[in-house]
Amino acid sequence: MKTTECLIVGAGPAGMRAAKRLLDAGAEVTLIDRSDMLGGQLTKQTHMFFGSEKQHASKRGIDIMQLMIDDIVNHPKLTVIKNATVVAMYKDRVVGYVIGETYHRIQANAIVVAAGASEKAIPFENNDLPGVYAAGAVQTLMNVYGVKPGHKVLMVGSGNIGLIVTYQLLQAGVEVVKLIEAADSIGGYLVHASKIKRLGVDIETNMSVKRAIGKDEVEAAEIWRLDEAWQGIEGTEEIIECDVICMAVGLAPLTELLQQMGAKIMYVRELGGNVPVIDKDHRTSIERVYACGDMAGIEEASSAMMAGEIAGLSAAVDLGYHVENYEDDVARLRHELSNLRDGPHGEKIRLGLKKLGVLS
Amino acid sequence: MDPNKVIICRCSDVSLQDLYDLFEEGYTTFEELKRIKRVGMGPCQANTCGKMVQWEIAKYFEKPLESVEFHNMRPFTMGVKLKAIKEAADDEE
Repeated sequence: MKTTECLIVGAGPAGMRAAKRLLDAGAEVTLIDRSDMLGGQLTKQTHMFFGSEKQHASKRGIDIMQLMIDDIVNHPKLTVIKNATVVAMYKDRVVGYVIGETYHRIQANAIVVAAGASEKAIPFENNDLPGVYAAGAVQTLMNVYGVKPGHKVLMVGSGNIGLIVTYQLLQAGVEVVKLIEAADSIGGYLVHASKIKRLGVDIETNMSVKRAIGKDEVEAAEIWRLDEAWQGIEGTEEIIECDVICMAVGLAPLTELLQQMGAKIMYVRELGGNVPVIDKDHRTSIERVYACGDMAGIEEASSAMMAGEIAGLSAAVDLGYHVENYEDDVARLRHELSNLRDGPHGEKIRLGLKKLGVLS
Repeated sequence: MDPNKVIICRCSDVSLQDLYDLFEEGYTTFEELKRIKRVGMGPCQANTCGKMVQWEIAKYFEKPLESVEFHNMRPFTMGVKLKAIKEAADDEE
């Protein structure tokens, strides 16, 4: 069986930053990813990022991705395995992965799992009609492959993903008929919401999809108003003509690999559902296995980068490497993370991390 | 809403009505639903349907979402041919 000192599962922002820290410390690293491109979700983030200078604010996601790739890709101690889907993880840190039709195994001394998240869906009548999409899929179609998902879109969900994908649909020349949100207020940043409102997109809160209408594909959507218990109110239905119903209703951490391993998992609604139990240094309940990025709780790329650095540093130290300025670096990263999670938008994540026992 | 037309599990074509029927028959956990109806056992391995099943169980039995147990997860997360596993083992020898 192949062996590696440290295996990193997932080459998104968290995984790449973890790799950087481990390589800097002197470790030998294998970075494995399902896609043929490094970058994870950044491969389709054509918009500019907010946040602090250190996390590349005001740069586009795809450019940040390139910086992170350039940072590590030629390192002599790095092995990259692309187009490889990790399908199994065992307690002795043996990891199974599939490339095409072939199966491979590798054993690692330490594993950083940064597998990301999957998209949530909501149940409604005829939700299996072609034309019902998740927002991440729409973004991949447009920004990675240059394919429009349709002509007239009903966007469901006003978190940052719903707002940003709406804007990118408009940029691509696709009409967004309406954006509806089940909660009583807009979930994402107001600056994104204002931008698409200025472009004429109607945003309505307390509304959800009752059913999709169409024979072979979506031809319209029936939406309705929700009461305080999030139940649809009869008599408030409205028909929206559209050929795409785009669901931006949240993400769920991909914890399945850690679950297979027997890592401790906990349901924390604020973090997106089931998440691995981790300490503040991103150690899971299994020795020398770490979790970071969206799979440790849904946040954003900037926080994933910093969490990845912390996980990478922890792994390096546990593998016996002396990391220069370790204490200072970790303290600075924690400080930057808490700045990012400050304010009303960070309230949910702070509550989630408290439940998880990471924040006091 | 017609629960027959609400598809919870696309991989195994399980509708919301199927879940309601199973709830009535006494299957109340994800693990039981999975064994009896294959919900969550297709290519998505419950990554799409899982949260909806959890939610529907919570709603139907008026339980907090936190208390709804998720199903067990075992290797592999997707179909792998036995031939591929054998070849990998042969190569390692």
